[in-house]
Amino acid sequence: MNAVLSHLGDYAHGMETTVVLTLVSYLGAFAIGLAVASCRVSPVPPLRAIGTLYIDVVRNVPLLVQFFIFFFGLTKVGIRFSPFTTSIIVLSMYHGAFVGEVVRAGVNTVDKGQIDAARALGFTFPAVLLLLVLPQAVRSVVQPLGNVFIALIKNSSVAYTISVVELTGTADRLNSELARAIAVFTGAAIGYLVLALASAFVLRQMEKRLAMVR
Amino acid sequence: MKRAPSGPVLGDDLGPRARRMVNVVSAVVLVILAALLWTAIQRLRSNGQLTADKWRWFTNVKVQRFVLVGLLDTVKVAVVAMALSLTVGALLALGRIAPQRPVRLVATVVIEFFRAMPLLLLILFIGLTFPTHHLPLGAFWYLVIGLTAYNGAVLGEVFRAGIASLDRGQTEAAQALGLRWWQTMRLVVVPQALRRMVPAIVSQLVTLLKDTSLGFVLPYEELLRRGRELGQDFTLHQPALQALIEVAVLYALVNFTLSRVAHRLELHQRRSGRGSAPAVTGALEMAALDARSAASAVSGTGVT
Repeated sequence: MNAVLSHLGDYAHGMETTVVLTLVSYLGAFAIGLAVASCRVSPVPPLRAIGTLYIDVVRNVPLLVQFFIFFFGLTKVGIRFSPFTTSIIVLSMYHGAFVGEVVRAGVNTVDKGQIDAARALGFTFPAVLLLLVLPQAVRSVVQPLGNVFIALIKNSSVAYTISVVELTGTADRLNSELARAIAVFTGAAIGYLVLALASAFVLRQMEKRLAMVR
Repeated sequence: MKRAPSGPVLGDDLGPRARRMVNVVSAVVLVILAALLWTAIQRLRSNGQLTADKWRWFTNVKVQRFVLVGLLDTVKVAVVAMALSLTVGALLALGRIAPQRPVRLVATVVIEFFRAMPLLLLILFIGLTFPTHHLPLGAFWYLVIGLTAYNGAVLGEVFRAGIASLDRGQTEAAQALGLRWWQTMRLVVVPQALRRMVPAIVSQLVTLLKDTSLGFVLPYEELLRRGRELGQDFTLHQPALQALIEVAVLYALVNFTLSRVAHRLELHQRRSGRGSAPAVTGALEMAALDARSAASAVSGTGVT
């Protein structure tokens, strides 16, 4: 355990990277998710097709493959981002598809009568969506949105494969330095447990405040 | 969920003005899409990605066999891990609802621990420690063990939520009829719960299949690793992007097939009249299941 205790600074740094990756990517995923869900329920056929295609493709291709396409594939056409930026883009896009699915399920819980009423009052489609449907939709799926967040913490570890030194990367790096795999990885495991439990706690508080039960 | 896929999804049928608006927006969207596609093609061409050299391997039988063997190894590891995960998940779920308190405690700790771990961390750990601790099982089994530990825990939670979502009256009635705990489970609870959980289980199995790609780090010679090796091959002019696209398409095809088969299964079940229980179809319903059964600390549904 000394191996872990004498490198607490490294772990803190790795955890910080994991947290930043997770928070920034979740914001991105949330924005993408709202956009995709809006596309999927819009009256414009090409937008609906785009939304469906996006969700089907992104959800069915492994995250690691998407990392490699963005990191090793796009350099071939002259598009090059740093590993950290690549990770944020890919994690946002991947989880955006899941957020999109969740929000769309939430849209279905909004009473149709409300939408008809808004239309009758002269609200345009974007106004109905932004002012009436999406706020209610999001509040009715607070828990599944939290699940996406917790999944994102875990999935941010895949950034390790393109050499981002987050928590998993820290463990791997410390292990090649100290050759004490069990101790070093236990340290990282504790880090992830703390993150998961802490966010589960925060999410539950948010749920109590925000969630609407129908 | 039951709204028609075509026509306006929100609200009533559109009037003439709204319909004109929709047509205009559709046209604009299509023009933007065409422009994007054009830019992408230009970009590919100016970087020499559309030359015949970069794509010739695509019709090379030897190369394709190399890729398909990778796909086969992916499917192989996935099938073994699926079977083991379902078994482990069932055992863990039974442990969580067992009448003995210590058994419940152990099952709960195991489930919550492995669900909170990133699979990549587990796989790296197994790959690093097993060979040096007299367990040289090989990359295939390291990957299977990692996948089983993680997905077994997640499925255990799915099973538990499904069982907990059943009406208490079912168990009570079975007990009133004199069935033992084990008989109640086997004859009454599990068959009903299972039917509700099929969609959640399938989405987790799709996740498992996608996660086999993490075997890349071991290294296990699966589809993605073969795709990368192919992409770096000098004699094939290093078609990195092209190879990754083929890999992505193959993964998507396998996953689509898996989802489709599961969907068929579900419809078949419903048509044969045995599917009277409402199915748990997605994240939302899973959440409802979770909520109904005093949600546990760390839950994730089909995202990882």
